[in-house]
Amino acid sequence: MSGPDLLFYLFATLSVGGGLLMVLSRHPVSAALFMIVSLVGVASLFVLLDAFFLAILQVLVYAGAVMVLFLFIIMLLDVGPEGAKASRMKFVSGVAGLISVGLLLVLLLDLGLESMEPSDCTADDCDSCGESAAFAWPEIRDETAANGSSLVFSPSVKAFGFGLLAKYMLPLQVAGFLLLAAMVGVIILSKKSKGEESGLNQ
Amino acid sequence: MNAITPHHFLVLAFLLFGVGFLGVVIRRNVLLVLMSLELMLNGINVALVAFSRAGANLDGSIFVFFIMTVAAAEVAVGLALLVALYKKRKSIFTEDMGLLGN
Repeated sequence: MSGPDLLFYLFATLSVGGGLLMVLSRHPVSAALFMIVSLVGVASLFVLLDAFFLAILQVLVYAGAVMVLFLFIIMLLDVGPEGAKASRMKFVSGVAGLISVGLLLVLLLDLGLESMEPSDCTADDCDSCGESAAFAWPEIRDETAANGSSLVFSPSVKAFGFGLLAKYMLPLQVAGFLLLAAMVGVIILSKKSKGEESGLNQ
Repeated sequence: MNAITPHHFLVLAFLLFGVGFLGVVIRRNVLLVLMSLELMLNGINVALVAFSRAGANLDGSIFVFFIMTVAAAEVAVGLALLVALYKKRKSIFTEDMGLLGN
């Protein structure tokens, strides 16, 4: 087992373990901190996959902006841990969680057992049967040119920007409008209404 | 990376998605439900980037970029809604939001 393989298992444990601790921790603040651990683990998995720009975005946007916003709201509302107030609700959610985890485990076992052994595919649908036993990641070519209509994977930001501004120009503008709409919506939602202001003055 | 195949990344993405789904189901704090949703989106992102790298195609990575944009907007609006809800109800637990129940 070589170095990158060990790194994969390390970061996979970090991300899934952080997620599990986030789901199971009682206090919201510690849950948010475990969530940051999980997000940083996912960012390092992106580095292992040569998607450096996405790793930086993951740390900046998720672990930076989104989680800071979460922590800010948690501390603003000051909710504290979930009380044992509604035991019936707890029972129902526990049963639902058990059922869903059981279903997911069945699916995972199916997924894990199905494709661990090399599949003996027929010759008519794939011409590279030998590659399924020992998978080889494709070589990275440092080029930004589009190959036909599909973009070639490259770790550089240049290729990313080229794809974003050439092929995905309209989705990029739609995403910008989405962010604008979200900003306007947040401002309207958090603005005080007239009745609330007069209620505060009384 | 010799022994690591996209299959490993797929199982990992599935695990992340499953853990997030478990959080959405069992947690009763709406803030933590939103956080678990983020975890589910991260599982999807891992799968997309792994397929994009394995297929030597940049489209999957660019899609991850758009998913991040939409998730950030969703979190901002969701948290603003949550604060407005807290002002009205004085609680953010899901058991206090059974308007249809009783």
